[in-house]
Amino acid sequence: MSKGFPLLSGVDLVIDRATLTIVTGANGAGKTSLLRLLGGLDALTSGEGRVAGIDLLDGDRRLLRRRVGWLGHEGSFYADLSARENLEFAARALERPVGEVAAALERVGLAHRASTTTKRLSAGQRRRLGIAWLLVRRPELWLLDEPYASLDDAGRVFFDGLLADVLAGGATVVLSAHDALRSSDLESCEVRMVGGRVSAP
Amino acid sequence: MIKLSQRLLGPLTLLLLALTFWLGLWVTPPDAVQGDLVRLLYVHPPIAWVALYVSFGTATIASCLYLWQRTRSMTMDRIAYCSMEISVVFIALTLITGSIWGRPTWGVWWAWDARLTSTAILGVFALAYLALRRANDDPTQRARRGAVFAILTAINVPIIHFSVLWWKTLHQGASVLTSTGQLNVHGSMLWTMLIGFVGFTLLFFWLLRERYRLEVKRDRLVASTVDEALAQRRREGV
Amino acid sequence: MIRIAWLVATKDLRIEARSRVLLWQVLPFGVIALLLSGLALGPTRAGTSTLGPGLFYLVTLFVALLMINRSQALENASGTRASVATLGLDPAGVFLGKALALTIELWVTGVVLLAGSVLVLHTDLLHSLQALPSILVTLAALSAAGTLYGALTQGGDGPATLLPVLTLPAFAPLLIAGERSFSAALQGGALWQWWVIVVVAFAAYTAVGVLLYGVLEES
Repeated sequence: MSKGFPLLSGVDLVIDRATLTIVTGANGAGKTSLLRLLGGLDALTSGEGRVAGIDLLDGDRRLLRRRVGWLGHEGSFYADLSARENLEFAARALERPVGEVAAALERVGLAHRASTTTKRLSAGQRRRLGIAWLLVRRPELWLLDEPYASLDDAGRVFFDGLLADVLAGGATVVLSAHDALRSSDLESCEVRMVGGRVSAP
Repeated sequence: MIKLSQRLLGPLTLLLLALTFWLGLWVTPPDAVQGDLVRLLYVHPPIAWVALYVSFGTATIASCLYLWQRTRSMTMDRIAYCSMEISVVFIALTLITGSIWGRPTWGVWWAWDARLTSTAILGVFALAYLALRRANDDPTQRARRGAVFAILTAINVPIIHFSVLWWKTLHQGASVLTSTGQLNVHGSMLWTMLIGFVGFTLLFFWLLRERYRLEVKRDRLVASTVDEALAQRRREGV
Repeated sequence: MIRIAWLVATKDLRIEARSRVLLWQVLPFGVIALLLSGLALGPTRAGTSTLGPGLFYLVTLFVALLMINRSQALENASGTRASVATLGLDPAGVFLGKALALTIELWVTGVVLLAGSVLVLHTDLLHSLQALPSILVTLAALSAAGTLYGALTQGGDGPATLLPVLTLPAFAPLLIAGERSFSAALQGGALWQWWVIVVVAFAAYTAVGVLLYGVLEES
């Protein structure tokens, strides 16, 4: 809740480990707010909730955030740094080997753009960089806000393959989309949101 | 007992202030050097005391208590906010009564006197605190930021005090502060001043209490609009 | 904490090196402001005045406001905030890193503006160099304070316009101390009192930053 306007109310939700959950709903239904809440990016003002064993009301949300990967609408990095420098910053911050950066860029097909300043990348490329950022981070909980938005068909196929690997690796994925996946073989459960509440889990 | 003393706070304040004015204006004698101007002695120092020590002190303590996890509550935030608001009024009064005193003494309304300058800077701090609060809508964010700013202000008090004092005194040439004449404070004057101090201090707490109650009412009003917004949000979903 | 501080500081400086905002926007503004202050003095006083130290600090203050804003805006670009938040960086480290980067940027600016005031306002070169240590420490205190006040303004209404209101009263004692010790250096002396002011302010802001920066980030 922010600025005195309730973003979410009446959300009752249990998400199992290593599953894919798709949050659907119209614009302004509260999809992004739900994801931010799950990632500890926003505070819960009332009610109760636990993510990865951390209480959302009075737990240490910084600890929770370290275990969460976030992919937002916008490019989620420092626009003046190159793709590689952004990933190296994340790797160093989390004390992950910097050597994994090259592999992650390779995996998302951005190896040839490694030294390009992020602001010069196209929207789709920035999306891919965002995914690479998550690959370097290897979070337990992946929170993806409209990940299909600026991907072309090849991008979607690639992305589904990547999600399958992530789930097989034991991580949990929650993503938001306008509709349930159209062309995906992934097993998922859908959460429909309307007007700030879950209407059909 | 507490209820009774709360109810008596207002009348007692008014009584003491009336007494101060009566003693200050009619009973006490004019000063040999300063004449009737000396009567400012009964209001200016007590107002400055409330502005710089009582209200700033209350705001700082309440802010610390807010940041301290165990004593964190909106009560502390409201106390800090209300005291700072009252402080702005009292600092303005301090500067005004100071200028009125300074005009005949120094010949100008504003002089780069050390105390006057540091009071003005602190006044800007208090205004900045109110500006910061206005810029943040979220109650938790507003409270946290306000508390941090209040603590930074408190830390600045001695830094400002000494920097301005030394700025004024540490340069070649004589000390500019012309002596305002030694006042022989005694007898009826001392009593009047003392009553003034107690009266204005009580005035602060009386204002704080009333302002606090107003703030609680305002928060309740905001909460009721949130309920309305919640209902509206639910209707969106139907 | 130190590791994160270093990481954040090098990141900020690298961004600065890439975008060149300091070089192409901030420094020209500072130089123009210095020229304008000379013009404001009038032709007879511009070259002979003892106002050099005061004008130098006044211009530096306004330039610092721009840099503080820029330093905080980096972290609050759309999208950046959320993904950097999920790195869970130690807030004390972030504060120290950002303050360090800002200090270095302000030092560069300070040296350029000092050269400018020697050139334009005819401040004595040798004595200006003697004032350099006090200038550098004052600018470090300014950075620590600025990083804190800058973080206070982010995410609210009008961060760029709120910043001057919050910072300038706190900069007043630093301006006084800096100007006085610069003026003392011009007359070939030094006064320990100004060092006390600046060092105490620097220590206080750094301590508050290390302890409370997390409170500001959490909002």
